[in-house]
Amino acid sequence: MTAAVDPRRARRRSEQLALLTALLPLVWMASAVLEIFGQSLGPNPSRELLHSSGKTALNALLITLTLRPLQQLTGRIEFLWLRRMAGLTSFSYATLHLLVYAVLELGLDWSDLGNEIAQRPFIIVGLIALIGMIPMAATSTDRAMRRLGRRWRQWHYAIYPVAILAVWHYYWQVKLDVTEPLIYAGILALLFGYRLYR
Amino acid sequence: MAKYIYPKIPPSAIEAAPIELAPQSRSRREALAALAAGAGAACLAPHSIAQPTSLRAPSSTSSPTPPRFRRNTAMSVSEAPNSWEEITTYNNFYEFGLDKGDPSERSGSFKPTPWSVEIAGEAAKPGRYTLEDILRPHALEERIYRFRCVEAWSRVVPWLGIPLRDVLARFEPNSRAKYVEFTTLLDPKQFPGQRSRVIDWPYVEGLRIDEAMHPLTLLTVGLHGRWLPNQSGAPLRLIVPWKYGFKSIKSIVKIRFTERQPATSWNKAAPDEYGFFANVNPAVDHPRWSQAKERRLGGGLFGARVDTLPFNGYANEVASLYRGLDLRRFY
Repeated sequence: MTAAVDPRRARRRSEQLALLTALLPLVWMASAVLEIFGQSLGPNPSRELLHSSGKTALNALLITLTLRPLQQLTGRIEFLWLRRMAGLTSFSYATLHLLVYAVLELGLDWSDLGNEIAQRPFIIVGLIALIGMIPMAATSTDRAMRRLGRRWRQWHYAIYPVAILAVWHYYWQVKLDVTEPLIYAGILALLFGYRLYR
Repeated sequence: MAKYIYPKIPPSAIEAAPIELAPQSRSRREALAALAAGAGAACLAPHSIAQPTSLRAPSSTSSPTPPRFRRNTAMSVSEAPNSWEEITTYNNFYEFGLDKGDPSERSGSFKPTPWSVEIAGEAAKPGRYTLEDILRPHALEERIYRFRCVEAWSRVVPWLGIPLRDVLARFEPNSRAKYVEFTTLLDPKQFPGQRSRVIDWPYVEGLRIDEAMHPLTLLTVGLHGRWLPNQSGAPLRLIVPWKYGFKSIKSIVKIRFTERQPATSWNKAAPDEYGFFANVNPAVDHPRWSQAKERRLGGGLFGARVDTLPFNGYANEVASLYRGLDLRRFY
């Protein structure tokens, strides 16, 4: 008689829980768009969606980077199970962020795009970060992990430059008060420092 | 810099109204209502508009006695104004916090009454004046102006106010008065945002004297037929419709006539991004974003952006003020 839980089932459970958590910001955005549950996006709705999707992507990215240290500090393997879901969450919200920008902010008016990008170099930084996430997202299945073998790990080192670009993108677009982007940069530095000096 | 000859204030514009002190005990609300009623009686078509009923609880500045005013249609745009909600829940007023919702959420305990304004500098009649003293001789006008924020959003607002020139003339600025400097109240107890030093508080703005004396420049006390709510700069703010919104300073406690160009807050914070003039100009981009278009608030999620107009659409009225000035250099 053993009380051991089937690890594969436990992992599926925790991934399902993570997925539900990951959907919460989307539920909030949807309720605010539909103005239900007392939510509202206010008089500048597209800007609000742009900011909340971007912030969610950044939060999920930093959470992804926190899971390995958490596993090492606590010895609990469960943290590593969540990395895939956290990374995919970040990628999904970053994609939504780009869509909100293109469709709602620009109104798909591509004639403006060149001018916009020339004026806002932080857009390019954000775009590179998002493109850098694509190979990681595309290889986030068990099959891709098996097929790529050792190279899989190398591909996924891309998360480090992506994280730097994402925080830089946030820092650069702030109007005046850079406190919050600096907090993000500090957390990122902490996570990098832990990996370097451990 | 191109040499600019500052227009002298014509003597006819200077009103020799004696300025009396109102009893301090009188509440601003009563005094404002009384003087607005008096002013209203003196003009041609005084009326007040129906109060919107379905809006959030009125702030402490909303008077049960609505201001009396006349509509100045000649100086109003024909576009439909934004709603009270759209105007008063999305604000940049860093004294209350950095988020657009902070001013409406955190300004409930702000006290716009009693209020006085210090007049200083190059004028014959400096001193401290109560708000009632400042407003008493004048009739309130409603003017519907476009309002364009430097962040590339805009709205249309029915302001209530007095041409600034009529008020300034009473203090008899002298020939050395080439600029006017305005200062917002400094009070971290009432303005929680002043506890963090994102800006070198208090907020200071300034105009060249000819800009201040331009008939479009409005010393503003209300919007949508009501007194200004706290989040919109109660009880006294500036509206300069052809400039980016940050020039239109709120909750003014000091007006100073100066010979030199005042050091203004945003210009000090980021001189390469925010100039002293800050005239709305689609051809001169902010270093980090384009100013060619703007989002008109209230258009919903799929609302289209509209083209930004030179001087925010007031070029016919104000472009002559800047003749010979390189607007690319003096942004």
